[in-house]
Amino acid sequence: MDIKLQQVSYAYSMGTPFEKYALFDVDLTIPHGTYQAIIGHTGSGKSTILQHFNGLLKPSKGQVHIGDRLIVAGKKAKELKPIRQKVGIVFQFPEHQLFEETVLKDIMFGPMNFGVSAEVAQKRARDLIKLVGLSEETLDKSPFDLSGGQMRRVAIAGVLAMEPEVIVLDEPTAGLDPRGQREIMDMFYSLHKERQLTTILVTHSMEDAARYADNIAIMHEGKCVLSGTPREIFADSKTLEQYRLEPPHIVRFQAKIERLMNQPLSRICLTEEELADEVARALREGRDKQ
Amino acid sequence: MMEKMIFGRYIPGDSFVHKLDPRSKLVFVFAFIIVVFLANNVMTYAFLIVFTLLVIFMSRIRLYFLLNGLKPIIFLLVFTFLIHIFFTREGDILFELGFFKIYEEGLRQGVFISIRFLVLVLMTSILTLTTSPISITDGIEVLLNPLKKLKLPVHELALMMSIALRFIPTLMDETDKIMKAQMARGSDLSAGPMKERIKAVVPLLVPLFVSAFKRAEDLATAMEVRGYRGGEGRTRYRQLEWHWQDTISLILLVAMTILLVLYRS
Repeated sequence: MDIKLQQVSYAYSMGTPFEKYALFDVDLTIPHGTYQAIIGHTGSGKSTILQHFNGLLKPSKGQVHIGDRLIVAGKKAKELKPIRQKVGIVFQFPEHQLFEETVLKDIMFGPMNFGVSAEVAQKRARDLIKLVGLSEETLDKSPFDLSGGQMRRVAIAGVLAMEPEVIVLDEPTAGLDPRGQREIMDMFYSLHKERQLTTILVTHSMEDAARYADNIAIMHEGKCVLSGTPREIFADSKTLEQYRLEPPHIVRFQAKIERLMNQPLSRICLTEEELADEVARALREGRDKQ
Repeated sequence: MMEKMIFGRYIPGDSFVHKLDPRSKLVFVFAFIIVVFLANNVMTYAFLIVFTLLVIFMSRIRLYFLLNGLKPIIFLLVFTFLIHIFFTREGDILFELGFFKIYEEGLRQGVFISIRFLVLVLMTSILTLTTSPISITDGIEVLLNPLKKLKLPVHELALMMSIALRFIPTLMDETDKIMKAQMARGSDLSAGPMKERIKAVVPLLVPLFVSAFKRAEDLATAMEVRGYRGGEGRTRYRQLEWHWQDTISLILLVAMTILLVLYRS
């Protein structure tokens, strides 16, 4: 399912003295199956843009294609429910959405809203609770007895239980410990690969974007200012600086190594493993030449 | 959804009304609420309308915006008007259709009461639109100060009020966020039969209460950590200042009252 934003602008409190534009003429195409990262500072409009992906917000100007559905500014959009089933959003601090008496019921809430039978929903909950790294006994507990990190995992399971084709993640690991962050991001990535999902990651972590994304879009003051593959984006650290962003640690580390070795490596590396391989190769080549 | 509500919202500005001391504005509005009841004929109601328009003009709030914000109370306005039209049976009959009759007095009362209602709502809206919630509570605290002698916990009341006001926008944001999260999970708040809709409120209210209690606890801890121990010996950062404009506005109100007393029948 492709998602396409064309000339989308959005203003909060339209027509009152509080009117404030948060998005200006944003064009963004996310083809089916891509892992798209959207990066920007707080207030850059990234949270506003993500609410357009399942019709929670309607554009003030422009249009949004979600699969074969078209949402146009100024027109009433009916029956958004099918879209919401296909596009699952994990909001920032999703643990705030938990409300049921038991974890099981909470995970079943989403799918049952979309007409999935109780048995199927229950089966999904049992599978998912393990996938997000919790034990099956957790299902019978009250979500409010869990720790913050566990609540986060339950909430994520609640969205995954809808079996969406597109998953939108808004800072899904904010406030978790480093290990938990890595676990959750890796889980989303393997889901993305296994089920051929479209994943949209809204973040300010350059590291996550570099590690997982096929494509990165950079938001700045409500505009989409840059778009490209991670290598393209991080190659140009000058432009990034202009938007008060820094390339990921690993790219900066690579620049230091290149200075030490007095020679550039053949490509921009996005992970520690890649950089290690690349340095090893450069050293080997250097030795062969001698 | 709540974006259109203007009642209780503050629009920063630097008009004559904005710059008045909150104490004078509070006294003004409370006195006005009483004064409104003096009007009882065409002339005095005309005074009220002109006076209100004058205040609106001086507050520099766009009339269109103000009227737009009145939409939620239109129903109440029409309702009171109709009650008076239908149930007052005095004076000449103006219109008759079977057993349904409209009397002159009924029409008069209906119009007058509606104007009274409208003028009151407009005035109080202007108060909240031109005064930040913080200044309002400051003003109230100072005005209530004499009641301390009666052992009324004035400072605590003012603090409670300012905390409540402070958290209205926060809670609204929170509601919006949770609503969106549940909508994204397929809960439908705006469609379906009544029973379903009431059920759909539970996923909204539970998280809202949980976070409100958590917030209250955090706030209490934060205040305690910073050594808060009530109003005793507390100095203020924001000092209220009484200017000549405040005196003038109260004089205007007195003049208005005298006019009403003279011209009422």
